[in-house]
Amino acid sequence: MGGNPKSLDDLVVRLRAAVGSDQVITDRQQLRTYECDGLAHYKVTPAVVVLPHSTGQVASVVRACIEAEVPYVARGSGTGLSGGALPHADGVLVVTSQMRTILEVDATDQRAVVQPGVINLHVTRAAAPDGYYYAPDPSSQLVCSIGGNVAENSGGAHCLKYGFTTNHVMGVEMVAPDGTVVRLGGRAPDPPGYDLMGAFVGSEGTLGIATEVTVRLMRAPETVRTLLAAFPSTDEAGGAVSAVIGAGVLPAAIEMMDALAIEAAEAAVQCGYPAGAGAVLIVELDGAAADVEAQFGEVERHCRDNGATEIRIAADDAERALFWKGRKSAFAAVGRISPDYIVQDGVIPRTALPEVLRRIASLSGSGGVRVANVFHAGDGNLHPLVLFDDAVPGQAEEAETISGAILDLCIEYGGSITGEHGVGMDKAKYMSRMYNDDDLDTMQMLRCAFDPHNLCNPGKIFPTPRLCGEVPGRHKGQHPLQEAGLAEVF
Amino acid sequence: MTPTDAVIESLGKVAATRAATDSDSVGGVPARWVVSPTSTDEVAETLRLAGQHDLTVVPRGAGTKIAWGAAPRAADLVLDTTGIHGVVEHAAGDLVLIVRAGTPMAELQDTVATAGQQLALDTPLTGATVGGTLATSTSGPRRLLYGTARDLLIGVTFVRGDGVVAKAGGKVVKNVAGYDFGKLLTGSYGTLGVITEAVFRLHPLPAARRVARLRLPDALAAGKVALAVLGSQLVPTAVELDQEGDGAVTVTVLVEGVAAGLPDRTATALGLLGDGATDGDELPGGFGTYPFDPDGTGLKLTSSLSGVGAVLTAAREAATAHDVPLLVRGSAAGVLYAGLPNDVEPGTVAAVVEALRGAVTAYDGSVTVLTAPAGVREVVDLWGPVPGMHLMRRLKDELDPGHRFSPGRFAGGI
Ligand SMILES: Cc1cc2nc3c(=O)[nH]c(=O)nc-3n(C[C@H](O)[C@H](O)[C@H](O)COP(=O)(O)OP(=O)(O)OC[C@H]3O[C@@H](n4cnc5c(N)ncnc54)[C@H](O)[C@@H]3O)c2cc1C
Repeated sequence: MGGNPKSLDDLVVRLRAAVGSDQVITDRQQLRTYECDGLAHYKVTPAVVVLPHSTGQVASVVRACIEAEVPYVARGSGTGLSGGALPHADGVLVVTSQMRTILEVDATDQRAVVQPGVINLHVTRAAAPDGYYYAPDPSSQLVCSIGGNVAENSGGAHCLKYGFTTNHVMGVEMVAPDGTVVRLGGRAPDPPGYDLMGAFVGSEGTLGIATEVTVRLMRAPETVRTLLAAFPSTDEAGGAVSAVIGAGVLPAAIEMMDALAIEAAEAAVQCGYPAGAGAVLIVELDGAAADVEAQFGEVERHCRDNGATEIRIAADDAERALFWKGRKSAFAAVGRISPDYIVQDGVIPRTALPEVLRRIASLSGSGGVRVANVFHAGDGNLHPLVLFDDAVPGQAEEAETISGAILDLCIEYGGSITGEHGVGMDKAKYMSRMYNDDDLDTMQMLRCAFDPHNLCNPGKIFPTPRLCGEVPGRHKGQHPLQEAGLAEVF
Repeated sequence: MTPTDAVIESLGKVAATRAATDSDSVGGVPARWVVSPTSTDEVAETLRLAGQHDLTVVPRGAGTKIAWGAAPRAADLVLDTTGIHGVVEHAAGDLVLIVRAGTPMAELQDTVATAGQQLALDTPLTGATVGGTLATSTSGPRRLLYGTARDLLIGVTFVRGDGVVAKAGGKVVKNVAGYDFGKLLTGSYGTLGVITEAVFRLHPLPAARRVARLRLPDALAAGKVALAVLGSQLVPTAVELDQEGDGAVTVTVLVEGVAAGLPDRTATALGLLGDGATDGDELPGGFGTYPFDPDGTGLKLTSSLSGVGAVLTAAREAATAHDVPLLVRGSAAGVLYAGLPNDVEPGTVAAVVEALRGAVTAYDGSVTVLTAPAGVREVVDLWGPVPGMHLMRRLKDELDPGHRFSPGRFAGGI
């Protein structure tokens, strides 16, 4: 597959004809811009980058790739943290940055229809004048694209109450890996047939390229109340989280940061969190005013009962923004206190938080590698930041080991190896720790149904590819794809 | 030994097996045997044997919706899941429930209610099991606030046609590792696999509720009022519309939450509904149930939010034009159910369905015939147009290459 310069040249000619010469990049220097996503330690320069403007152009690109038997990868804003948009050296990268039109905002129907390259936050901005917003709010929402969100089933701080991207996507138009344009769902709920859209969301760009997305808009809440509580350690903060949830309160968000993460945020954005805190919680309630007022006092009481040393209540939007600023900038902020770091993403049952945090603390230590914790405490989604210095011999390896050991902890406690950043290239090797061969084989049947030629973002999610059409357990000789020399790229 | 005896003997070694009776038929198609496994492993072994004997298999829970969907081309073996029963784990602190597929929804709700929790999913038909609820993706009024089964299911274990057990998702709410098979199985009518275990996200039971209602003579006006409630900041749990035979529509708003907050919110609800609205503590009779009998024709009509009033109006017009009693009930979220009695001429039912399909098109919606008398099935396309059919067929071919599961029961003859 690919690798053949002649066929690549032919493909470029076809691509230029399909989308226009200006939208096809083959210049080596320019191609380098696209060599990695947010996970910058994997780098591959793609053979070709195309920047289509329309669904029709995406379909032409995909068809050309199928005919040339060249792999292709979709890319939105390139903020992904699992190497999902990592290109193939002999493949095409389909970038949606020219597809940034918000096609429609319909407040009455509570829907927006957008092109895949539209930036997450821009949807909310477009809906805000009507009193609506788009709920999924990844911390990268200033830059990440809706297409990328759909592919990753992205979450955010407010997913505890409102769910993830998958709960807010009503319809998808996509170019399937067979080159057909398929529209799934739309403004009306419950489209008949299998919920292919449900499977597409979160499929990390392996089941097709989204070319238009219909999302649900939500009415802005009547009231939002936010508090910041400081605790001596993550134990007490964890206790407060359990007490709040146990009392039947469902906050819009409960976020936790430990001392090291607070230190980093303070250095980076001067958010002014209580000095000397071992942990802070940000708890936000939203909804009907009467409801929120009644529950806010209860949350405050649970924080106090669990040893909060200080509680601040946001007096206005500006103060609320300041609370969130520290939290939302935390990933980048650790750059202030450590030359290098790994952002990990794992999930544990929320009740296991204190225990798992203690075990994470005991992992870090010996070789100078430290772990800062920032996480969505309400749903047990940990984002340990493993801090190291590449210049110190052995630290990078130790950081990698600790990072992996954290995922093992997540699995041990019945959790997941990723809560929102996806498997991509980075965690494919961990998939078989969470799922057995039959589970993975079954998942790949879905992949084969959509992409029998294995050209649509190949090499992601699964540790070992399944050759489509293969009957499990009945291998006889070489697979036709292998014989044809098409399989080694997998 | 007759072939029948051979099958019973072979399956009987795995799980209780008996010859089927008339009451085991599926959509009018007689079944031959009924097997009642009690675990995922027994389901797996049963399916391997079904493969050896080349039997078609129809999974069945309590049977409340076994007549839904098209009649299968064959139903050799009914796989009764009611023996796969019970709660595996209720992690109350994590608001998560692991439950076996044959467990009745009511039993599940009783279990989690002891911890002040709920699976925020209505059960329109009494007696339904978890598996049947998922396979048909039934929902009710609460969908407005909480979504449907697909939104609440976080993990699933199922058995493929070849007897291989697979799982997807897990037991944490937040998890994006691997494909979301739970969503594919939800609403698949038992044509992709046998669901044996499900993991759900739970919600706290609201402390108190209040119900506000208004009856309006005109469907369009009712649709408008419902839209106004949806566009407000009230955050109702449900907004239901119920159209009676005379065309009048009652709008019911369910407000739930902290008791202290309810008086204010109820006042808001009454204000939004307008003159003549009343409030009370009790849910009205029929709330969350289907407006059709098991032996009648049941329709599901979907539309965009703004289309609900128009769909109700179209239903009224169709009822008048064809002189049939057509009751419509459902959620302002854009999902209405309609019912016609058993004795309506099939040709008339077909005409009503056609008229409604014409009406919902403008609102991106669809009309699905959930269930219907045999004569109606012969003249009506139950599913209507289904986009993405070629991908659905390929998925079916991958997961169930022998087309062993309920062949023909699903859209497109799948
Ligand atoms: C500072 C920072 C904070 C972050 N915070 C969060 C957070 O809070 N929550 C969270 O969930 N994630 C977070 N992320 C991760 C990332 O922003 C999300 O995964 C985001 O959805 C990626 O969008 P993107 O447009 O950058 O996609 P890309 O990185 O370009 O691509 C991601 C994946 O989507 C696929 N893809 C892109 N467009 C399409 C399309 N149109 N059709 C099909 N597949 C497509 C790609 O092939 C790739 O597999 C964060 C990242 C950073 C750098």
